[in-house]
Amino acid sequence: MLKDITLGQYFPGDTLAHRLDPRTKLLAVVCYIVAIFSCHTLWAYGTMALTLAVAARISKVSARALFRGLRPVLFIITFTAVLNLFYTPGETLWTWWVLRVTREGLYTALAMVTRITLLITGTFLLTYTTSPIRLTDGLESLLAPLKKLRVPVHELAMMMSIALRFIPTLIEETDKIMSAQKARGADFESGGLIRRAKALIPLLVPLFISAFRRADELATAMECRCYHGGEGRTKLHVLHFAARDYAVLAFYIVLAAAIVALG
Amino acid sequence: MSTMIETKDLSYTYPGGEGTAATLALDGVTLSIARGSFVVVLGHNGSGKSTFAKTLNAVLLPGGGTVWVDGMDTKNEALLLEIRRRVGMVFQNPDNQIVANVVEEDVAFAPENLGVPTAEIRQRVDDALEAVGMTEFTLHAPHLLSGGQKQRIAIAGVLAMLPECIVLDEATAMLDPMGRREVLNVIEGLHREKDVTVVLITHHMNEAEHADRVIVMDDGHVAMDGTPREVFSRAEELRALGLAVPDTVALLRELKANGLDVPTDAITVSDCADAIMDAMKQHA
Amino acid sequence: MEEIIKVENLTHTYGVGTPFERSAVEGMSLSVYRGELLGLIGHTGSGKSTLIQHLNGLLRPTAGRVLLDGQDIWAEPKKIRDVRFRVGLVFQYPEYQLFEETAYRDIAFGPTNMGLSGEELDRRVRDAARFAGLDERLLDKSPFTLSGGQKRRVAIAGVIAMEPEVLVLDEPSAGLDPRGREELLEHIRAYHRERGNTVVLVSHSMEEIARYADRIVVLARGRTLMSGTPREVFSRGSELVRAGLDVPQATRVAMELQKRGLAIDPAVYTVEDLAAALLALRKGGGC
Repeated sequence: MLKDITLGQYFPGDTLAHRLDPRTKLLAVVCYIVAIFSCHTLWAYGTMALTLAVAARISKVSARALFRGLRPVLFIITFTAVLNLFYTPGETLWTWWVLRVTREGLYTALAMVTRITLLITGTFLLTYTTSPIRLTDGLESLLAPLKKLRVPVHELAMMMSIALRFIPTLIEETDKIMSAQKARGADFESGGLIRRAKALIPLLVPLFISAFRRADELATAMECRCYHGGEGRTKLHVLHFAARDYAVLAFYIVLAAAIVALG
Repeated sequence: MSTMIETKDLSYTYPGGEGTAATLALDGVTLSIARGSFVVVLGHNGSGKSTFAKTLNAVLLPGGGTVWVDGMDTKNEALLLEIRRRVGMVFQNPDNQIVANVVEEDVAFAPENLGVPTAEIRQRVDDALEAVGMTEFTLHAPHLLSGGQKQRIAIAGVLAMLPECIVLDEATAMLDPMGRREVLNVIEGLHREKDVTVVLITHHMNEAEHADRVIVMDDGHVAMDGTPREVFSRAEELRALGLAVPDTVALLRELKANGLDVPTDAITVSDCADAIMDAMKQHA
Repeated sequence: MEEIIKVENLTHTYGVGTPFERSAVEGMSLSVYRGELLGLIGHTGSGKSTLIQHLNGLLRPTAGRVLLDGQDIWAEPKKIRDVRFRVGLVFQYPEYQLFEETAYRDIAFGPTNMGLSGEELDRRVRDAARFAGLDERLLDKSPFTLSGGQKRRVAIAGVIAMEPEVLVLDEPSAGLDPRGREELLEHIRAYHRERGNTVVLVSHSMEEIARYADRIVVLARGRTLMSGTPREVFSRGSELVRAGLDVPQATRVAMELQKRGLAIDPAVYTVEDLAAALLALRKGGGC
């Protein structure tokens, strides 16, 4: 079901992870990603997995919720794993017909799967514990220097937060239109690729029309609430670093440095 | 009483698109809305009532004639923000007017745009949520709320601008009876306790129960204008305009037609019951 | 009376295994009789949207069964599409599902999926348009240029054109103005009378249900709260109010009159009936 997609979903809460400044979390995720790409030993991977587990525990996000985020990319993970498993040259472990598994292939495949899984679950932890508005606030603030280069940072941040706000609404709507067309005998599940693509028309046309209508109405509603771009705007939540932010940031910088140096 | 909004010879035409003719939605509307009043605007779909609402805070600018908000001409671009701050607007579809993923951040949207200092935004958000009875939902995700709750959030979002007038453009049309009652209770409370001027656009006759004044629109004109009692006593005219009288009024008219001496302008259920009791006693 | 649909102990749980797990319907049972116009009421969250999506197999029960003509609709899951043609479901705000270039082609979508073509298809589209009260001249127009009320009719015709044995309409009049509501409901009533088909009308409006339904089922908190004729149901007005539902305004006036000591039956539910009862009371001098 479409409803199971958790992309960009925020679980409100009041844990240390929720209270952190979004900039801290964004920078921490950057360190985390750098570290993951520098992992080469089992120890390094183990450390990263442990870091993730502890972070998830602190955020009170269940393993189940964390791994559910992987579902949409399961195909990509499997595909990468298979590709690496069979097409990496090296010491042969096992052959069958044209397929050949090598020690190096097995190792690379496992490393790839671990890497992607850690990467995705890690970033999901960020979106689970940070409201999209705080996230974009954080991004806007981190990217503020780019305004001098005439990059429309505020507008981009606003667009992103609105896109995130409407994801659940549009998912719900997709579900509804799909059901309505199924009630008229539409078949989204069988047939070849072309037939399936064609079957999507009754879903996509109404979805686009509705998205445009929503955009139009939202723009009017925003204007009515005196929106006039980023100029002179103040904030309900002003970002500021607390001691915990420095501590967390220091931890991640050290972690990334250690893995880059040793892993 | 001073004037909140005034329109003079207001007209508006929607430009025609491919294959469709231009439509004249408003045609010479001249009205004045008193500060602190509760005005209900009725009319069938296409009568021009929604277009009228949208001219009141410069979402649409008059094609002809003028609209003044607190004496400010809505065509004056320099006054745009101040006009929109004073006249807040709540729309029909609750999903399409909520900007943020967390209730408090959505309510804060307008004061943020107005450059209100952070500490004061906090105060306004808390006050607005309390006024609509949604304080316990401060940190909730709006898309998981019911329709009535979403509309109350939308009202709070407008209240945070400290407006003098709130226009509700068919804001109850997509709600179930419970949601509709929630929204109406909030609006009546704001009108009573905070003296907010209310302009409620609707086609639910029962929502006119507590209004000071009912305006009926048809074909871009003001077709009727008066107290709810005056307007609903003209049942045939309403019917001709594609509207109905509340069942209470219909009942009293039916009784009167059959010889029972009752007034035909009691709109609320309890007034209607009182009127019938009086007549029955007299008869006995 | 013969049951065309029977819902037995239906339970449906959403989001199993997520933090949002909840049962929308729990142990619900009800019957729909052949040829009746059944009114279904319950406020948002009563489980009625979940229920109606089980009637045509869009949702599969977590527990319990849905029988159509005595057969479990999930006996052969591969044939579930046939059930959707036999039980036509019109969703809330159905105009948002329109997608074709002309109203005609949109109405033809369902019957085409059934494998129909040629004269039979044409007849069905035209009949359905007539039943939904859609002017024949609008059939060649793009549905997106029509008015809100006309779009709604195109969408309803799209389901009627499948000629289902049971037509289920979820809030067909929502958002329409009083005249639009009345016209649409009159068309649905005419369809019901002319075809003799079973119709299930879901509505928030007690006045509407009271006026059009032969029988009423009231849902609350995922269960069937009560069922019976309008008179039977509205005689339990205070229970309805406790369940967060409205009663028709006429019933409310009657309840108020009874409270004020008038010997009137509060089970009346239309303006005409209440007026007649009051006039009879006056004649009898029963004050």
